[in-house]
Amino acid sequence: MKPMKIVAAAAALAISTIAAQADTLRVGLDGGYPPFSSQNANGEMEGFDVDIAKAICVELKKDCEIVVQAWDGLIPGLIEGKYDVIVNSMSITEERLKSVDFTEKYYSNYISVVAKKDKGVTIDGLKSMTVGSQRATISADWAEKELGARADIKLYDTQTAAYADLLAGRVDALVADYLPITDWIKTNTDYGFVGGPININDEIGVAVAKNNEALRDSVSAAIKALRMNGVYQTINAKYFDVDIY
Amino acid sequence: MSYQDIKYAISDGICENITGLLPELLANSCSKLTDGLIVTTELMFITVLLGGALAILAAMGRISPRKWISYPVAVYSYVFRGTPLLVQLWFVYFGLGSLGEAGLGPLWPYMREGWWVGVIVLILNTGAYVSEILRGGLMNVPKGQIEAALAVGMTRMQIFRRVRFPLAVRTTLPAYGNEVILLLKSSALVSTITVMDLMGQTRTVFARSYNLEIYFHSAMLYLVLAGIITVLFHLVERRLKRSSVIS
Amino acid sequence: MFDILKLGSEGWGDELLFGAWITVQLAIASLGLGLILGLLLAGGKLSSFPPLRWICHAYTLIIRGVPEFLIIMIVFFGSERMINSILKSMGFEGGYEISPFLAATVGLAMIFGAYSSEVFRGAFEAVPKGQMEAAKSVGMSNWQAFSRIRFKQMWRFAIPGLGNLWMVLIKDTSLAAVIALEELLRVAKLGGESEQNPLAFFAAAGILYLIMTALSDIVRAKIEKRARRGFVSL
Repeated sequence: MKPMKIVAAAAALAISTIAAQADTLRVGLDGGYPPFSSQNANGEMEGFDVDIAKAICVELKKDCEIVVQAWDGLIPGLIEGKYDVIVNSMSITEERLKSVDFTEKYYSNYISVVAKKDKGVTIDGLKSMTVGSQRATISADWAEKELGARADIKLYDTQTAAYADLLAGRVDALVADYLPITDWIKTNTDYGFVGGPININDEIGVAVAKNNEALRDSVSAAIKALRMNGVYQTINAKYFDVDIY
Repeated sequence: MSYQDIKYAISDGICENITGLLPELLANSCSKLTDGLIVTTELMFITVLLGGALAILAAMGRISPRKWISYPVAVYSYVFRGTPLLVQLWFVYFGLGSLGEAGLGPLWPYMREGWWVGVIVLILNTGAYVSEILRGGLMNVPKGQIEAALAVGMTRMQIFRRVRFPLAVRTTLPAYGNEVILLLKSSALVSTITVMDLMGQTRTVFARSYNLEIYFHSAMLYLVLAGIITVLFHLVERRLKRSSVIS
Repeated sequence: MFDILKLGSEGWGDELLFGAWITVQLAIASLGLGLILGLLLAGGKLSSFPPLRWICHAYTLIIRGVPEFLIIMIVFFGSERMINSILKSMGFEGGYEISPFLAATVGLAMIFGAYSSEVFRGAFEAVPKGQMEAAKSVGMSNWQAFSRIRFKQMWRFAIPGLGNLWMVLIKDTSLAAVIALEELLRVAKLGGESEQNPLAFFAAAGILYLIMTALSDIVRAKIEKRARRGFVSL
């Protein structure tokens, strides 16, 4: 083969891998957020987000392809076109809307404060305490807003590292999403919620790249259809006792 | 006003005066970056001073004729130079830290804070590297100098303080300057153990804005700090050369 | 405590060793790419064209003053953006993915290149001028004299410095853990979290790093000895 032909062939190959196949929906998620997304012993992704993503694919009559990406790289990856949508319990926020679009919500999120039961932590007392949260989350934003930008807030790269420091006693309380904490305190019975779930009108949506209204609207329609045909309720019941929509 | 408040006041003061001159992204994150810059500067100050002191002790230990001193010091230096700093930081913060108050007792108030873990590990790490440089310098002091000092009746300690150590410092200063810049760069790793230094603040701003520019601004600030360190070392070197009897 | 570090499906021993293998691959790939970059930069620094010299010196100056951690982050988050915007401007669709391994390799090679270019520059300058003059006097062209004499003789001067940089490189590979590359340190972190025993896992990782640096030290000493072979003192 002549060098030029090799280059042309290589280019063709490269382009074919770059171009998104029309009948596949590539879903980005971080896989470190049980019970919404996590990896099971066989290396497969499972959880509420994963099931919803798969149901959306079925609704859109597309094949699902799951792409795993670290949490703080999820939005950059969507902007770069590594995947078409993010289904990863992502809150619809003003900040994020500057970079990406969101569909209608697929569930409502509450945040919460968790601490050791015998420590006597109260919401009002948080200002004078050390509080932990995952970097770049709505909970971290809430903590900063409620407690002040310069409160003693420790930020972690993963939720697991934040749990570890709560267990070690390095932070007095964690601010995190309500539903995963409900799960976590089942196995860590010395810990409990401080106050109830905090409603910050947080809606979780599917993130889509900007200027892709067609995809955004079809995913929104798919979510509505799942609510109507009962598939959503089935998935919901698999993970939670209450309707989280 | 607490020490922390003073730091914030300095940071706010700087930002109030310069925000008008900055692009939007920097103006919005100015107080975060200056907060971080102050933490990094503090961290450098403490670790250079205490790390330097530790290095002198360790270098003396390494050249000691007593094996029960020189061997353990050699092992310390070998372990800290043979493993990545990130492993050392995580071993102490996440590893030892997991023992909690029950396992660490009186050490816990320090081990509890990412800041103290960062300070301690950076001191131990830089102490190991600098002690090697210093040891080389001490070994290379011409024998004649020491013999001359002995001849005028100085004790071993006097010789070390007045002859060997000053001569070694003079020859090792450029290498030490490089080491301090390496320490500055290494200090960015404390952001992985919850310390809000310049790198920690930068990562937090990025995680929110997804704007890569913030990393370039932060890189500029590190470059400026490295530049300041270089200039300081040049000044000290010049001074030492001037006061030096031997050229 | 040692049960969790056993080999096989019960323990994490094999996972840790596999992580160490990724670390070695990462170090070697970065070394290869970094040596090429270092040689090119050294060539630029020795060039007779001033702007090229300035650019190459500025590159080294910048990389030396910026934390390695920050460089890795910029490459990880930035290279995709850059490549995709170039592809898009050429009319291709974006979405090209850079694996953490490639990003880490490029980042570490950029750092290694900056430092090694100084080593190479010094080494090229250390080759006595008489050698080149002699080569030309026996009728070699400029290129022949460079490739057969100066380039080959340069290595023995460069090897001690490169050995030091290799030791730094091995340790710097641990930074890739922060961008989720499953090398030794990241495996240790995941293992420590899932077994709730970070102490044992980080200790194991530390020992594996010590073994890697100790072995490198032995190899380095051997190569240095070889490089000095037949060396009449300067």
